[in-house]
Amino acid sequence: MTILTRLIAPTFAVVCLAGGVAAQSADPAVDAAIKARHAHMDLLAYNLGTLGGMAQDKIPYDATLASAAAANLAALSHMDWTSYWVAGSEAGMAEGSRALPAIWTGMEDFHAKQMAMATAADAMAAAAGTDLDALKAAMGPLGGACGDCHKTYRQPNN
Amino acid sequence: MQEPDIGTCALTARGWISAGLVGAAVVAAGLYVTRPVPLAANTLDGLTGDATAGAIVFAASGCASCHLAPGVDSGPAPALPGGRKFASPFGTFVAPNISQDTEAGIGGWTDVQIASAVLRGVGAGGEHLYPAFPYTSYGKADLQDVVNLIAYLRTLPADPTPSQPHELAFPFNVRASLGGWKLLFDRSDWVVTGDLTDQQQRGRYLVEALGHCAECHTPRNALGGLDRDRWLSGAPNPSGPGRIPNITSGNLTWSEGEIAEYLSSGFTPEFDTAGGSMAEVVKNTAQLTDADRAAIAAYLKIVPAVTNP
Repeated sequence: MTILTRLIAPTFAVVCLAGGVAAQSADPAVDAAIKARHAHMDLLAYNLGTLGGMAQDKIPYDATLASAAAANLAALSHMDWTSYWVAGSEAGMAEGSRALPAIWTGMEDFHAKQMAMATAADAMAAAAGTDLDALKAAMGPLGGACGDCHKTYRQPNN
Repeated sequence: MQEPDIGTCALTARGWISAGLVGAAVVAAGLYVTRPVPLAANTLDGLTGDATAGAIVFAASGCASCHLAPGVDSGPAPALPGGRKFASPFGTFVAPNISQDTEAGIGGWTDVQIASAVLRGVGAGGEHLYPAFPYTSYGKADLQDVVNLIAYLRTLPADPTPSQPHELAFPFNVRASLGGWKLLFDRSDWVVTGDLTDQQQRGRYLVEALGHCAECHTPRNALGGLDRDRWLSGAPNPSGPGRIPNITSGNLTWSEGEIAEYLSSGFTPEFDTAGGSMAEVVKNTAQLTDADRAAIAAYLKIVPAVTNP
């Protein structure tokens, strides 16, 4: 290693680190909101996974497990998300955020989409413990509600 | 390199006229070579359309995703007044009315005129259409499928909403220039070739022709032509921030079953769901048969892996 690269390499690393830090939000409230939103989506996906696995015949149908997952989904969908939408946590303004600015400008419609998910989740909660056919029938509208919101309000990503 | 001799290059008045004539001849020849060529009048002779089969072609081709009114969700017997806007580096395209209205839509077009638009990108007035309408993909469609599609379109309601003009600046507003674009980029050969099974061939037809997946999933060159060497390797999102994902065999690691499931329910293996424009695509692919979704998955698994930053 030449003297020059010895000098340049650490400088480069420092610049990269600084860049990395700069890419993160300066506002901890923004990062916390993004983390909370992602955690919420992970919980939805985890419970959907139980129901979807049964619907797709990948795991055996279990009425108790299905009912528990569906009840969680319903609870998660009905929660008040108001505090999630911290200013500056939009996609393009904060690292890691895929929440499109349309959420902020169309909050009424966004909330309506959330309530549509809650309705589909309630229907799933009523069906999941009945039998596998009822669960499968409730899966379509639930997936549709997810997609309807992601269509308008989530940025595509590679 | 030798300096050009200005003296012998300088043009006399007669020379200018000759050059002008040659230039005009070149332009005329160019315009002739790149002129819009609709289908021959007898192209569809002997074919009968089946509207029920056409509904599936309509779904597979994603017609509603562009031609529905803005903000309207697809449903049975959709009105197709157009009006959705598609921003591009060349300006904003506005989807036209393709309903059965005889004034505002295509109700007055003959079957061959509609087929010429779909397969050749030539409008009823004999003009080049802009390739925002993916005739470069549809051009590979079977004639029977096109006739079925037309039969289905004929069953849909008329909508009197007038089409809006595209918002394009010079030179992109000169339709004659599209002939040259077509010469360069309107290719009739398949991208993925070789020894394909029947299922893979069916998938190729659905992806490369009807589904026109490459229009979003393949990067474009400076002139807006698809980069066939980086087929389906992902591209900037044409309708906003973010990227359309790389779905070549190297990047899309889902099993064929998982791909087919995604195209049916919209659920990824991790139980995320399709979003953005893909959410609309899934509404269309959900209407296909299980066999067709499996065929798409089988095809995607043989698309050469390309790494695209």
